[in-house]
Amino acid sequence: MTHPVIDLENVSKRYGKGEKAVDALNGLNLQVPAGSLFGLLGPNGAGKTTTLRILATLLAPSSGRVEVAGLDALADPRGVRERLGYVAQEVALDKILSGRELLQLQGDLYHLPRSARDQRIAELIELLGMADWIDRRSGTYSGGMRRRLDLASGLLHRPDVLVLDEPTVGLDIESRAAIWTVLRQLRDQGTTVLLSSHYLEEVDALADQLAIIEGGRVIASGPPSELKAALGGDRVTLRIREFSDEPEALRVQQLLQACPGVRQVVVNRAQGFSLNLVVENDGVVEQLRRQLAEAQLPVFALAQSRPSLDDVYLQATGRTLMDAELAVAGVRDAKAERKQSMR
Amino acid sequence: MTSASSSLLSPTPRANAQRSALADLTQETLALTRRLFLQLARRPSTLVAGVLQPLIWLVLFGALFANAPEGLLPEGMSYGRFLGAGVIVFTAFSAALNAGLPVMFDREFGFLNRLLVAPLRSRSSIVLASVLYITALSLVQSVAIMATAWVLGYGWPGGAGLLLVLLTLLLLVFAVTGLSLGLAFALPGHIELIAVIFVANLPLLFASTALAPISFMPAWLGWLAAVNPLTFAIEPIRAAYAGHFSLSAVVLHAPYGELTAAACLGVLAALAVGLFLLIRPLLDRKLA
Repeated sequence: MTHPVIDLENVSKRYGKGEKAVDALNGLNLQVPAGSLFGLLGPNGAGKTTTLRILATLLAPSSGRVEVAGLDALADPRGVRERLGYVAQEVALDKILSGRELLQLQGDLYHLPRSARDQRIAELIELLGMADWIDRRSGTYSGGMRRRLDLASGLLHRPDVLVLDEPTVGLDIESRAAIWTVLRQLRDQGTTVLLSSHYLEEVDALADQLAIIEGGRVIASGPPSELKAALGGDRVTLRIREFSDEPEALRVQQLLQACPGVRQVVVNRAQGFSLNLVVENDGVVEQLRRQLAEAQLPVFALAQSRPSLDDVYLQATGRTLMDAELAVAGVRDAKAERKQSMR
Repeated sequence: MTSASSSLLSPTPRANAQRSALADLTQETLALTRRLFLQLARRPSTLVAGVLQPLIWLVLFGALFANAPEGLLPEGMSYGRFLGAGVIVFTAFSAALNAGLPVMFDREFGFLNRLLVAPLRSRSSIVLASVLYITALSLVQSVAIMATAWVLGYGWPGGAGLLLVLLTLLLLVFAVTGLSLGLAFALPGHIELIAVIFVANLPLLFASTALAPISFMPAWLGWLAAVNPLTFAIEPIRAAYAGHFSLSAVVLHAPYGELTAAACLGVLAALAVGLFLLIRPLLDRKLA
């Protein structure tokens, strides 16, 4: 295997001191292969943004090794900055400047020669469809426009690695699809792309590699298809009626658990007492239908699917991504986090 | 959006690695300076207020002390003529002291992160850009002050005097801008920075020779004024206004000794270099 373009070894990051200290990363290991479109998946507060800020050389880790494109980010941060494009989550713009002026500033900070800079800006305007508004003041831009401008400024210096922090949060479907297209093209033309997301379907659709991160460490990683295949079995959702009651659901659960080929039956209280099953293979579903018919039970809905990333997540963390989000939402300190992001 | 058929999105090998550090530093400094001037051009109220305010100072203070007793000022200078140098220096000083505020707002809004993820040759270019901008702004203000002083009959320092004003302001602005930017990186937020500016600004004015000569002050205040950086900038300019300027002429009669114009400028230069070295680690902290 070739050397990974991004290599984080045993990276820890602690914010604050003493009793108030928060460990954002706890010995995180992450290897991103060259030329991959890599998804970093995890609930809010898992340490995704901290990881990306360390890669962008905005933060120094408390301990551990950080390597980007073969360079040690602590020993040669400037070399890393030259090779890495960073698209932050919250887009800070100088509202009084136009998008073009911001890109020109950015180009000069990356020391592009004047003519190459302007040509590159023209190319990116064309590619990202920004021609209509690029000369307007950036204070007037919509969320989608700002995200495109940010993507453009991340790509201006043709980086080897593009790092994006939740690039499609809050975007309309059209802008999201447009950004997905560009990210795929980038990957196809040799740029390594690392994006964080807490949208399962985004990572599932885009990434050819992913890592699930929780509590500041990577708890599972690999290609999505492999992770799903490793879980094994199919998922079946069964509804006896549109709205069942608990005693009936429990009765059916008992009945189905006895069937051969059924690994697990869970009563999903949140979804009208439907039943979630993990089954061995295709034939089992026909078996289930017969069993239900014999027991004179109706079937309102019966759906079978391969394991999803949500199942991967559930398996790795013991809870769904949504539950994890809800759990963190209550304990985060927005003010402290804002302070951490200030440099 | 169009599809990228060419190699629009492919990474390129670093071609400009052998560019000189000076070329890079110049490019990034000028780009950051350009941003400040674009802001000014689109928010001209800053410039208008910045020019009007010192003129108001000049007119009001000049009138307030117009009837100052004979012999208050050395060589029977009129108060208006005395005041011009003080207003020029104080105006530049205020502007430089506030230079950290935009940087602090860039920090708070996250715009600074854009600068910090870029491969800047040196973060000193952020300081240099502010110095260039504030110096240029101060020159415009100074010319307006000098023209107004001339109209009011307070005299004109001449061509050499103009050069001296430029040199003095450059040194003072460099020192104070460096200090302000250092504070902008060291303090937690703009509230704290504004508090420091507020506390430093007017006391430094009153404890300098901007409004009255050392001979007029109680001994303790005279000592303060004689070590106040503003005084070292004011006295050479004032000597030029008095009409007998040379670098070797004694311009400051401090309690600890006599200082020539050259010595005053030397103190300012040392201060600028010292403060710059002091804030360098603040700019580069955590990651260079």
